[in-house]
Amino acid sequence: MVTALKRYVLERELLYLFLNSKVAIIAAIIATLTIGSALLAPWIASTDPYDLKSFDLLDSLYAPAWTDEGDERFLLGTDDQGRDLLSAILYGTRLSLLVGVLSITFAGLLGVTTGLLAGYYGGWLDTIIMRIADVQLSLPAILTALLIDGIARGILPRESHDNLMIVVLTVAIGLSLWVNFARTARASTLVERNREYVQAAVIMGMHPIRIMFTQILPNIMGPIMVILTVDLAVAILLEATLSFLGVGVPPNQPSLGTLIRTGTEYLFSGEWWIVLFPSLMLIILIIAVNVLGDFLRDALNPRLR
Amino acid sequence: MTALLTIRDLSVRFPTRFGEFTAIESLDLTVNAGELHGLVGESGAGKSTIGAAVIGLLQYPGYIASGELYLQDTNLRELDDTDFHALRGSRISMIFQDPQTSLNPLMTIADQLIGTITQHSNVSDSEARQRAIDLLNETGIIDAETRIDDYPHQFSGGMRQRVVIALALCTDPELIIADEPTTALDVSVQKQILALLRELAQTRQVGFILITHDIGVIAEITDRVTVLRHGRVMETGDTLSVLGNPQNEYTQALMAAVPRLHTRLERFVNIVTDDDDDSSSWSVEGASSDYAANWLNRDITDNKRSNTSTADTPVLSVNDLTVRFYKNRPGWFKRDPGFKALSDINFSMQRGEVLGIVGESGSGKSTLAKAIVGLVDPSSGSIHFNGEPLPPGSKRSRHHAARREIQMIFQDPFSSLNNRHTVEHILSEPVRFYQLASGSANIKKLIASILELVEMSQTALLKYPHQFSGGQRQRIAVARALIARPSFLVCDEPTSALDVSIQAQILNLLKDLQQTFDLSILFISHNLAVVRQMANSVVVLKEGELVETAETEAFFKAPKATYSQQLLAETPSLDVLDRPT
Repeated sequence: MVTALKRYVLERELLYLFLNSKVAIIAAIIATLTIGSALLAPWIASTDPYDLKSFDLLDSLYAPAWTDEGDERFLLGTDDQGRDLLSAILYGTRLSLLVGVLSITFAGLLGVTTGLLAGYYGGWLDTIIMRIADVQLSLPAILTALLIDGIARGILPRESHDNLMIVVLTVAIGLSLWVNFARTARASTLVERNREYVQAAVIMGMHPIRIMFTQILPNIMGPIMVILTVDLAVAILLEATLSFLGVGVPPNQPSLGTLIRTGTEYLFSGEWWIVLFPSLMLIILIIAVNVLGDFLRDALNPRLR
Repeated sequence: MTALLTIRDLSVRFPTRFGEFTAIESLDLTVNAGELHGLVGESGAGKSTIGAAVIGLLQYPGYIASGELYLQDTNLRELDDTDFHALRGSRISMIFQDPQTSLNPLMTIADQLIGTITQHSNVSDSEARQRAIDLLNETGIIDAETRIDDYPHQFSGGMRQRVVIALALCTDPELIIADEPTTALDVSVQKQILALLRELAQTRQVGFILITHDIGVIAEITDRVTVLRHGRVMETGDTLSVLGNPQNEYTQALMAAVPRLHTRLERFVNIVTDDDDDSSSWSVEGASSDYAANWLNRDITDNKRSNTSTADTPVLSVNDLTVRFYKNRPGWFKRDPGFKALSDINFSMQRGEVLGIVGESGSGKSTLAKAIVGLVDPSSGSIHFNGEPLPPGSKRSRHHAARREIQMIFQDPFSSLNNRHTVEHILSEPVRFYQLASGSANIKKLIASILELVEMSQTALLKYPHQFSGGQRQRIAVARALIARPSFLVCDEPTSALDVSIQAQILNLLKDLQQTFDLSILFISHNLAVVRQMANSVVVLKEGELVETAETEAFFKAPKATYSQQLLAETPSLDVLDRPT
């Protein structure tokens, strides 16, 4: 049994490298804990920050429970509206993760598709796609996101705005991150395109789109997975930044960014906990995801082995 | 007299995550001054590892576990890093396989040579330059005084390898390790480089270790040879007696697997097999090689029947075929004549014929194959398949019948199979695409049967390509071509990436299949000896032009064109062994 398990691990290079990297294991544990607790927020959190009845304005601005001004009901204290900060952070992380994952999926789909097309066909299609990507790259991600956000605010009616905010955020962040995917996918496709297995499919008469998605795509997933993890951290950070600037999720739905924003307003009046704990959560989450991304990049890169 | 290099009981190990891997095990070897010592063996035999161990450049994490290494009286294992560094280059130097990458492209030849000379001996720059010029003259660079200031890219491949040899010689080493020095070169250049090595060994009394997989090269120039397998010495001794009259079982099998230039064998016999296939009894119900053979044969007889009226028309005829490649697409205003990869090629093939296409690199062999299968478009001329014109690749419809009838087998089995798909998936693609069978159970049975037909275990269908050796992968590639029920196979260097014993197996397989299913095969190879074993007739290409077309036997007995004669004479062969001594 043990030997069978050992053999299984040995044969799977990635798993083997993972189990031999302390940093990767620690990062994975932290990421699992934070992401897990955020996903399970409705069951873990003591109060629901979306439910106005569950909190009381009289409880506002309690310090963390272990300090002199603390209240044992609120482990990490409360914010200006009397919400339990721990619950708000858990729900906030959930929202941040949701936006992050959605936007990275959007960016991935867009980037990989355009990258495959550009790399496979080459010629003018390649030129057009990569020029657009270059232009996109020259704009700071926040600027793109602000622009799209602004346009959406202008077009959409005010009532539907709050509901559609998540979609707008997803598109905004996704559009500013697709270039990485497109470039990576294109570069890998250029290499795979000339491989003989692709030529075999061409000779057979397989449709180019099918060749791209069934033959080439599985072979370029390695580098794309790396971009996926590294950029997930970037997407979460972008969401927090946008929410911090007030153009992200509506203020009544706490995300890590909105929590930090409210926190800064109270920073100088001594209520440090409102800004500190959401920031810590954001930092831990970003570092854990980034370390995992770095591990993947090194593990999948044969030159670094 | 002590030998130049003495290796006693050498073991080299590589720790891997699967445990220690022994690359070399208790190896004894001696090389004398002025001797060319060949190390020959198939991939994984440890040839290059011996070279690396001698020069102290074993790749991490490999290490010398035990044994003694002496260069004259110097114990190489007792040297520390600095001493070894001083000794490398000055007393032992190395010639690598690929002259493209072993010279620094950003430095002139002069810089590289003079830098090395001044590093190892205390001479002025002008003296070093003079020595560099002398060396280039000695290694056969014409007009060395002016060429010395050129960059590597200004030299041809063969000339570049001469520069690399000059670089290896510039410190008067006692021992030179040449790792596959001619593998990247064409036969005519190879011949010259080998002659140069031979000459240097004699005039300078340098000892050479010549590492190569090519037994022809070994037979032509080495004095003594050591045959290796899995890091162990199989046989060692005088080249002529070891290769001509091998005592060891493995050496005998190896020699039997080498295709001879001057005899044609119906089948290779006495083949080494060490593909450790798991012999589990798992199988798909009803699958057998007979099933596959019947299935394939039925189709081919169908084909014949439909073509009875055209039985005499050649299966393939190529008329005035010209292929040009353009650096820039010709615009409206600029005329770019382009590069002629093939010009006015004419030949035809009868059904069931095996036509060998031979030529050196750049002769247009692969371009011809690509034009036929539709990967490149001809610029002019036409190709007829079964009497009907075959449209160029970009205009050939995706469901054109020829796409199924013509199948291709590629050179590199490591890139011709999609690594992310199981063998079952890879083999089912043509079946589903051409709609040759329906129902997953049926298709699975068919795939398992085809695997049997190419002598693979049926369990293979559950595995991924990376779980197989090169030879097994090439069998899978053959199965993929075969399962489309083709009548015509294009084989582009199908065995040049394989070891000789595996090559013999694949050639046997192709021969069997060709005979059983009456396939027509266009067989492209740079290796004349292989073509002799396979082909009925031969087409010789040179720089895109057709030099000669002839029946195989006639061609090898008396080639007509001067270029063909030259090509035949330059191919290293085992003839020396057959000559009575």
